[in-house]
Amino acid sequence: MRDFSYTRASSTEDARKAALEAGAMILAGGTTLLDLAKCGVAEPDQLIDISHIRGLDGIAVDDRAATIGALAKMSAVADHPEILSAFPAVSQSLSLAASQQLRNMATIGGNLLQRTRCPYFRDPSTFPACNKREPGSGCSAIGGVTRNHAVLGTSEYCIATYPGDLAVALVAFDAEVNLGTRTVSVEDFFLAPGDTPEKETVIAPGEMIMGISIPVSPAARHSTYLKVRDRQSYEFAAASAAVGLEFETDGKTVRGVRVALGGVATRPWRARAVEQALVGKVLTEEAIASAAALAMEGAVAHGANRYKIELAPRVIARALQTVGGLA
Amino acid sequence: MTRTIHVTLDINGEMHSLDVEPRVTLLDALRDHLELTGTKKGCDQGQCGACTCHVDGQRVLSCLTLAAQVEGRQVTTIEGIADDDGTLHAVQRAFLEHDAFQCGYCTPGQIMSAVACIREGHAGSDAEIREYMSGNLCRCGAYNSIVAAVREAAELTAGVRQKAEAA
Repeated sequence: MRDFSYTRASSTEDARKAALEAGAMILAGGTTLLDLAKCGVAEPDQLIDISHIRGLDGIAVDDRAATIGALAKMSAVADHPEILSAFPAVSQSLSLAASQQLRNMATIGGNLLQRTRCPYFRDPSTFPACNKREPGSGCSAIGGVTRNHAVLGTSEYCIATYPGDLAVALVAFDAEVNLGTRTVSVEDFFLAPGDTPEKETVIAPGEMIMGISIPVSPAARHSTYLKVRDRQSYEFAAASAAVGLEFETDGKTVRGVRVALGGVATRPWRARAVEQALVGKVLTEEAIASAAALAMEGAVAHGANRYKIELAPRVIARALQTVGGLA
Repeated sequence: MTRTIHVTLDINGEMHSLDVEPRVTLLDALRDHLELTGTKKGCDQGQCGACTCHVDGQRVLSCLTLAAQVEGRQVTTIEGIADDDGTLHAVQRAFLEHDAFQCGYCTPGQIMSAVACIREGHAGSDAEIREYMSGNLCRCGAYNSIVAAVREAAELTAGVRQKAEAA
């Protein structure tokens, strides 16, 4: 790991100003940044440590929304009683991610900004070509080992999967991220790679994630996060789904439904076609199966990741069956 | 030119002052600067859990924590969990009793993780222990004995707590 200077920010204004300097990066939990510095992917000249700033780790839920500070730890949010009851999918997306040690370190703001696990991205000395790391250098993943790469939202420049779980649940339930000077929806916060895969979010110089808010809704309260992976714990998703469901008063007709996907796309992926196909329908296994298939419209396989195109709709279906009382 | 910074760290209740490069992790500070080599370096990449320590009572990975970040926090390492008279922690005793290791390299991290796992209330069943201990890899595959040791230490801790509450 290349050496850098270290500054402890005393306030968010302080941090945002200091982070404007060339080569400066904000350090919070460190679980992504120090890992990438050790890989040689991140090469900061200066780290601005915000982890000692007070008052940025609050978790509050009222009748309108949950408001979570950027420095709240993943484990604290996952175990928060009101997050558990009002947003079970959010809690589950956190407790099914990483390990307890990492969840005790990683912050909510940093979690959103975690970088892809694409092994080509993470290994600059063996694979110099990576458009995300070095714009214009090419993509080593295309034509390479692609089992964990994305099938949705890819481009000819990048097929790296967005690795997170939390953001998938946030996108499903219309959460917003507070950047200090403006607030954007979590869905709009993340960018598809297109021809600029190095640009992953809309965050601009001088901005910093201050926190997130998640609106309370019947679907969020009646939700689940299903994560399917190669081993039972401590693994990234092969495919995951955050789903929420609200029935009409008859208890079987869908009034509202939310579906978002993880592990298969270049960004947290809201599956609106699936939602639209289910609204107004009686929730049956058949209705779920035909709706879930719509999630993969436009999917492109690159060799070994083809299985995700079949897996993801099954994950959506299982999650909807679970939350709908059919499984 | 190497830039060093001065940090004062609270490790196992003792204050230590040292000059380190800003990039020095808590793990390297412990092992290379403070001769506290009980905390092990496995992957040095946040994947194996061998370097697990407690910061303000929470288990964390010392390989992904900068020494400078934990100034003003209380750090506990494997050297700090036995009693002052040398009486082993209940989790240490359970690991010995259940032979919950083979080569022993992951053991300090396993024990630090288990102490926190029990304290968090995440050791209620074998399944929960497996889930909440999944951040500690054991390449010898001593997992069954590790789960048994954590379960016994958790039951013992709960029993002690119940007795204390009844008294």
